[in-house]
Amino acid sequence: MSRSVLECEGLVRAFGDLVAVDDVGFTIAEGETYGLLGPNGAGKTTTISMIAGILEPDAGSVRVDGEAVTTTTTGAKAGIGYVPQDLAIYPDLTAAENLRFFGKLHGLRGSGLDERVGRVLDVIGLVDRAGDRAETYSGGMKRRLNIGIGLLHEPRLLILDEPTVGVDPQSRNAILESVESLSGEGLAVLYTTHYMEEAERLCDRVGIIDAGRIQAEGARRQLVGLVGERDRVRLGITGRAEHAAAAAASLSAVVEASAGDGCIELIVNDARSALPGIFEAVGSVDAGINGVEITEPNLEAVFLHLTGKALRDE
Amino acid sequence: MIRASLLIAAKDVRQRIRDRSAIMLGLVAPLGLAFIFSLIIPDFGGGDFVVRVAVVDEDGGLVSQAFTDQVLGPFADEGLLEISDAGSRDETLGLVADGGLDATYVIPAGFSSDVLAGLPAEIRVTGNVDAQIATEVAAAIAAEFTGTLTGAQLAAQASGADVGLLALQAAQAARPVVLSEAEAASKVLDATTFFSAGMAIFFLFFTVQFGVASLLEERIEGTMPRLLAAPIPPISIVGGKAIASLAVGVIAMAVLTVASAVFIGADWGHPIGVAVLIAASVLAALGIMAVIATLAKTPEQSSNWQTIVAVVLGMLGGTFFPVSQGPEALADISLLTPHAWFMRGLGELHAGGGPTSVAVPVAAILAFAAVTVGIAGLRVNRMVRL
Repeated sequence: MSRSVLECEGLVRAFGDLVAVDDVGFTIAEGETYGLLGPNGAGKTTTISMIAGILEPDAGSVRVDGEAVTTTTTGAKAGIGYVPQDLAIYPDLTAAENLRFFGKLHGLRGSGLDERVGRVLDVIGLVDRAGDRAETYSGGMKRRLNIGIGLLHEPRLLILDEPTVGVDPQSRNAILESVESLSGEGLAVLYTTHYMEEAERLCDRVGIIDAGRIQAEGARRQLVGLVGERDRVRLGITGRAEHAAAAAASLSAVVEASAGDGCIELIVNDARSALPGIFEAVGSVDAGINGVEITEPNLEAVFLHLTGKALRDE
Repeated sequence: MIRASLLIAAKDVRQRIRDRSAIMLGLVAPLGLAFIFSLIIPDFGGGDFVVRVAVVDEDGGLVSQAFTDQVLGPFADEGLLEISDAGSRDETLGLVADGGLDATYVIPAGFSSDVLAGLPAEIRVTGNVDAQIATEVAAAIAAEFTGTLTGAQLAAQASGADVGLLALQAAQAARPVVLSEAEAASKVLDATTFFSAGMAIFFLFFTVQFGVASLLEERIEGTMPRLLAAPIPPISIVGGKAIASLAVGVIAMAVLTVASAVFIGADWGHPIGVAVLIAASVLAALGIMAVIATLAKTPEQSSNWQTIVAVVLGMLGGTFFPVSQGPEALADISLLTPHAWFMRGLGELHAGGGPTSVAVPVAAILAFAAVTVGIAGLRVNRMVRL
């Protein structure tokens, strides 16, 4: 198993009487993308602010590559790439100037800095606009620059705080592809979002956070299993649908079966593994199949189950 | 830490130069205003301030001659008065009306005999409407002379002495009243230097105000979290802001000093003394503006408060007019501003003093700096956070 890049445990942070983060802890291994999924106000940004060394926790600890992170330590911070939710760029500086400034703050110098700036400009697709002031960029370009600054110093842990908020679909897809690519290169990624589909696409593991606490954690499949959610299968049937439903219902993987007009609907434990048996059972009663539709339970449903509210509730 | 502070300072200076605010506030505005003010407002008592007068002596007696020779003569010798040959009363008054003369003295026939007889007598002073200060100077000289004569008349009447003899002696003994203030007068800056220095120190407070206030901008614009996440001590962020302010302030003042000397003829005095005064003033300006910034919650609030403070201190400190010529209380109050001490220090240098002559003004300005930088230092940590 890959070793942990980030280890945080028991994080607590209150603002007055409001406990924004309450006993949050998790680890992220190298090459792993961890999603912190929760609605606005759940405690995501406060959590990652403590992990990035921006905010001192009231209790708990954060370690990156075994080194403690606090607001005053500098060593561990060098291994963190932080991309804030809001744009954190200087609009009156060019993309190259923004990158060079933050690169120097992270200790990059000379040809190494030049090489990294050039490479990041290439990755974020701003080579042709590198000399233009950031204030002249589109929203998507600014977002890409915002992310590029976090990548510049080749961090071990990349923290992305809702990086696709307010981004057009094309730029959003480019950002998601970049994150997938970075994870593939061995970077540990902490990704916060309230977009369920992003978490499902990117994250190896997801922590569902609400009211400052991690409600559940694991791979998507584990989370779905944790709350007993099952897959739904809808088959288009030629012939006697009632017979087909009865045949499918006899299978152990099928929890529930019902016949409709030219179709049957099944609730199964794991649709992908159960489908061959279902096809065989339906075929055995001389019914034909002319369509298959599988609906797997998603994290939205899990979140609803765990918290009693939708992810995008404000 | 120093390296990080310098990086942040260099970035800030680049931003300020790029948005031209530093150039406008630090150089163009003060130099332009100094030039304009020095053109439209005459000198305050030093330099090349000259009152152009003529004396129409219709009397021709001993007393009127004493006024011309004993009173006006020494002023002319000092260069304060430029006495032209007078024609007739009408011709001379015409010259005054046209601006060819600043003022004229008309001594009517019978003036001397009236004075010697102990009777009321007058010298008429007529000035050009556009030369108010020159006219007031001319009138003040005449008033001083006639006051002396009146005193002699009264003394003679009281003592039973010969009125004529005593008045004649008084007239011939009359001395220019400003001679006893010669040392103080030499410390008054000429108009060009006064306004160059006044505008420089006035706008210095605007030039340095962005420093600590830009911490608020970093928070509002979202870059503060990224700075805090960088592997640098948080205090280096504050250090960078302070260095940027100091650098812009010192550079602006230095360029202003040289430019005003070269282009509009300001005479700042001993360069080392000027440099020390500038360095101390930049520190004080930074401290005062930083304290204001730490009290504000938004960049706009900070800018508004700083502007109010800069203007009030500038006015009180005598950067637009010499407070020494105002009420005494105003002159005392002005010492509560670093501006007044800066101008006072320049006055010492203008009078020929060396670097040591500005020791007291510099110490006073540094006291402002120490107090305000200390307060700002205690409060600034609250700005270096999310």
